[in-house]
Amino acid sequence: MSKHQHNAPLPDPVLRVKALESLLIEKGLVDPAALDLLIDTYENQVGPRNGARVVARAWTDPSYRSRLLRDATAAIAEMGFEGRQGEDMVVVENTERVHNLVVCTLCSCYPWPVLGLPPVWYKAAPYRARAVREPRKVLAEFGVDLVDGVEVRVWDSTAELRYLVLPRRPDGTERLSEQELAELVTRDSMIGAGVVPGSKSTDT
Amino acid sequence: MNGMHDLGGMDGFGPIDRNPEEAVFQQEWERRAFALTLAMGARGEWNLDMSRYARERMPPSDYLLSSYYEHWLHGLEHLMAERGLVSAAEISVREDELRSPPHHEAS
Repeated sequence: MSKHQHNAPLPDPVLRVKALESLLIEKGLVDPAALDLLIDTYENQVGPRNGARVVARAWTDPSYRSRLLRDATAAIAEMGFEGRQGEDMVVVENTERVHNLVVCTLCSCYPWPVLGLPPVWYKAAPYRARAVREPRKVLAEFGVDLVDGVEVRVWDSTAELRYLVLPRRPDGTERLSEQELAELVTRDSMIGAGVVPGSKSTDT
Repeated sequence: MNGMHDLGGMDGFGPIDRNPEEAVFQQEWERRAFALTLAMGARGEWNLDMSRYARERMPPSDYLLSSYYEHWLHGLEHLMAERGLVSAAEISVREDELRSPPHHEAS
């Protein structure tokens, strides 16, 4: 247990982490090279470009899209994306009539293999509190102005189940290649906190 | 279990602050806290639910006043102390040593 007392200032995390890391290395509980590899993986290798490739493939390959909606974990693994915090995935599809929004009210559950680590706002109290209470207002603040009649579905992630939104494909992109399409897909559109520029479901 | 972490539907936290230029980690200590937590988790002595529960047991006022990776640190320290891997006292002694490193005579 922490020796920190109530109402005392919180201990300095910089020094605490240094102390912890030196103790854990000294005790042989962690390998410094493994730490560097973990940081490099999640800072530089894994990120929303993975999810964008999944989305672009679903837009261009109808059988992949149906596999993705039926068994997201397996379909995402086909693309080589799997592992920590993506063990059980569900993909929810935005349509003319439904807009999906993902949150983790309890913490920060997020599909790491396809989106990387979550942004600060996703983990912070205001979004966690408000996304389930006033999602339309939150979406409007994010620049997603839904037309009347669009149903909003909010998915509260858990440690067991993580969601990826399959955003709507913008009109006029029929001639684009899968790779070009992937470049259009934003991180926020796969959380439901945005739409792919040029796509409908907004009235802009 | 209900607790301070159960934020869904609560009022009063203010606007959602989104920074489009945000880096994956904001500070170096966050990188280290993240990696230490994952590396220790990979040893298999606790699972993800236990990690979360350890973070959720943070005193409510501390939970709200501290940042995300401070929650992680709290959880990790708690899990390690419970298993006798690293105690709070050891951490605090090491912090003191790092604050004022022992002097070595120049040779």
